[in-house]
Amino acid sequence: MKLMWFHLMPYTELPDDFNKKHPSVWVDIHSSLFDPRRAHHMYNDFMDELEYAAECGFDAICVNEHHSNGYGLMPSPNLIASSLARRTTDTALCVMGNSLALYNPPTRVAEEFAMIDCISGGRLIAGFPVGSPMDTCYAYGQNPSLLRERYYEAHDLVKRAWTEKDTFAFSGRFNQQRYVNIWPRPIQNDPHPPIWIPGGGSIETWRWCAEMDYVYCYLSYYGYKAGLTTMNGFWNEMAKLGKDRNPYRAGFLQFVGVAESRQQALDLYSEPAEYFYGRCLHVDARFALPPGYTTEATQRAGIEGMMTKAANLANPATKAALKATNMKDIVDGGYVIIGSPDEVIEQIRHVGTSLNVGHLMLLLQYGNMSKQTTQYNTRLFAEKVMPHVKDLFSDWEDKWWPKPMARGQRAAVPAFRPQTVAAE
Amino acid sequence: MSEPQTTTVEVNGFPCRVWTKGSGPKLGFLAGFGGLPRWVPFLDALAKSRTVIVPSLPGYPGGAQGHTALDSHLDWLLAVRQIVDKTGLAGADLVGASVGGSFAAEMAALFPGHVRKLALIAPFGLFDEAEPAADPWAQRKDNVPALMCADPKHWEALVAPPEGANSIEWPIEMTRAAEAAARAFWPLGNTKLEKRLPLIEAPTLVLWGEADRVLPPSYAKKFAAGIDGATRVQTIPNAGHLAYLDQPEAVAKAVLGHLG
Repeated sequence: MKLMWFHLMPYTELPDDFNKKHPSVWVDIHSSLFDPRRAHHMYNDFMDELEYAAECGFDAICVNEHHSNGYGLMPSPNLIASSLARRTTDTALCVMGNSLALYNPPTRVAEEFAMIDCISGGRLIAGFPVGSPMDTCYAYGQNPSLLRERYYEAHDLVKRAWTEKDTFAFSGRFNQQRYVNIWPRPIQNDPHPPIWIPGGGSIETWRWCAEMDYVYCYLSYYGYKAGLTTMNGFWNEMAKLGKDRNPYRAGFLQFVGVAESRQQALDLYSEPAEYFYGRCLHVDARFALPPGYTTEATQRAGIEGMMTKAANLANPATKAALKATNMKDIVDGGYVIIGSPDEVIEQIRHVGTSLNVGHLMLLLQYGNMSKQTTQYNTRLFAEKVMPHVKDLFSDWEDKWWPKPMARGQRAAVPAFRPQTVAAE
Repeated sequence: MSEPQTTTVEVNGFPCRVWTKGSGPKLGFLAGFGGLPRWVPFLDALAKSRTVIVPSLPGYPGGAQGHTALDSHLDWLLAVRQIVDKTGLAGADLVGASVGGSFAAEMAALFPGHVRKLALIAPFGLFDEAEPAADPWAQRKDNVPALMCADPKHWEALVAPPEGANSIEWPIEMTRAAEAAARAFWPLGNTKLEKRLPLIEAPTLVLWGEADRVLPPSYAKKFAAGIDGATRVQTIPNAGHLAYLDQPEAVAKAVLGHLG
C-alpha cells in the first residue's frame, strides 16, 4: 500500500464565531478574515510540514487546488509543488490536481506539469479534477452546463500535447490552437505522467477512468465508513467492465490522528478536527448545486436512490449539512481515525482491505493543527504505523506510480542554507 | 380552459414542443426562467384575441436536451431563429419574458423583418455593476419561489409535478430548465445585448414587475434608452420577475394593448 501525505492548507485562524457571523467558508468568505502576514507563517509552516513528511518516508506528498476557500489556500498547487520538487528528492509529488476547464488555454496545465516533472526528475502524479462547483462555477465563473464538456476537451488537448511528437493544430468545440507544441515536455513520456482523477460517486467518471486506465480517487472528508458505498460502487462497476481488482486503481482520503494512547489522541486532535468539520466545512448551501454541474444520469441515479448516499456525499456542501462537528461523532462516523499506533494500524488495514484502496491519502494536518502537532502526528505515523501497513497489497503491481529518472542521474540539489541574520 | 394544440419542430436534431391556441393574428411567446412545464392562464388571456404560438426553447420543458448542442451565444440565436421560422412566427408579433425576452429582443435586432411588434417582460441580457441583478443559480432551494414571483405560490404552481408525472424525470426536467438558462446566461445574465439594442426597429413595450427580485426594475430604462424604435415602459404592480405568472390579466392587457 502507498501512503501519501496530503495537505489542504487551511487558514488556521478563522474566528470562534465564524459560523455565526459568516455564511460561507467558500466563495464569498470575507477578505477581512485574511491576514497576509499570518498567512506568510501558515504557508511556510505548511511547506515545512510537507517537506517533513517527505523526510519521514511517505511515498508521496499531495497538494490540491481551491479558490476563494478558507480551508484551501492553494489556488495554484503548482507553485507549491515546484518548490517541493527542489526540497525533496525521492518522494512522489501528487498534484491532485489542476481543474482543467479553468485554464485557458488548457495547454498551460500540460506545460506547468511538464515543468514540475522535469524539475523533480519525473516524480509527478498529474491529477485532473473537474473541480467543485464552488471553485469552478462560482469562484471562477465557469458555466456549469459547459464545464464537463470543456473538461473532457481540455483533457484530450493536454494528453495530445504531452504525447504527440510534432506541432499540431487543435480544433475543438471550445479551444482552437494553431500551434500546439509544449516546451518543456515531461520526463515521464511512456506515454505520459500518471493521471489520477479525483471524483464524486458518478458512474460516468468510473467508466471513464476504466476506459482511460486512470486511477480513480474518492477524496471525501467523511472517512472510510461513509466512503464504503462509493468504493463498492466503483469496484462493482470495474467488475462489470471486466477490470481486475488491482487496489492501485483507486485512491482514498482519510484523516488520521495517532498518539501514544487513544486518550492522548483525543486530547491532541479534538480541537483541530472540530475546527475543520465545524468552521472549514461551513459552506453556504446556495453554492452547492449549480444546474448542469451534476449530469442527468447522476441525478437520475441519485433520485432513484441507488446511489443517493454516494451522490450526496460527493458534494461538499450537501455533506456540510449532514456532518458531525463534535469529536465523538467525528470519530464514531469514521471521519477521523484516532488512537494509539496499534489501534491506528488495525483501522488503516481495515480501510485498505474493506475499500480495496492501494493509494491511501492521509490528512495528518487538519483545521488549526499546529506545525508541532502535525509533525508529531506525521512522525509517529511514519515510525509506528507505516511499517505495519505497507505490506498490504504487495502482490499487486502499482502501474500508476511515477517512474522517475534513476537516482544517480538526477541533479544534486544543494542543501538549503539560510543566511544568518545578524543579531540586533 | 381548453387544451392548446401541441406540435413539434426539430432544431439541431432535438424536438421542440409548440403549443398553439386561439384565433386572430399570430403572436409568439418565448417564456422566462423555468420555461413552461405547463400551460398557464396568461396564455389563455392572450388567446382570446390572438393565435398564440408558444415554442419551447432548447433545454426548457418541451425542448428536450436541445441546449446541449448550443455552445455559444451565436448557436443560441440561430436555434431561436430556426424555431421562429419553423413555427411560422416570422413577421408576427413577438413577446418574450426573462430569458425568453432576451432572445425576443435579439430576434428583433438581428432579423428586423421577422418581428412586427415586440413586447419584452423583464428581459435578461444586461448587467449593471452599480445595481447588480440577483444570481438565480446560487439560491437555496426554498428561496427560489419568492425570487421568481411576487407571490411564491405562483412559481410553486408552475413547477409542481402534475398528476401522474414521472417522479424521477420531472425534477430532472425542472433542473434542466435552470441549466438551459445558465448555459446561455451564466454567470451574470449579461450577453452584451446593449450592443444590439440600437438595431431594434420594431415598436417595443418594456414591461417590468415592480417587485422583480431578479432584475432591478430600473433595467427597464436601460432597455428603453438602448432601443432605437419607439419604446414605452410600463410597470406592473404586485408582480415579480415572472410578471405573467403573478398578474396574467394585467400583463396580457398591456401586451395586447401595445400590439393592437
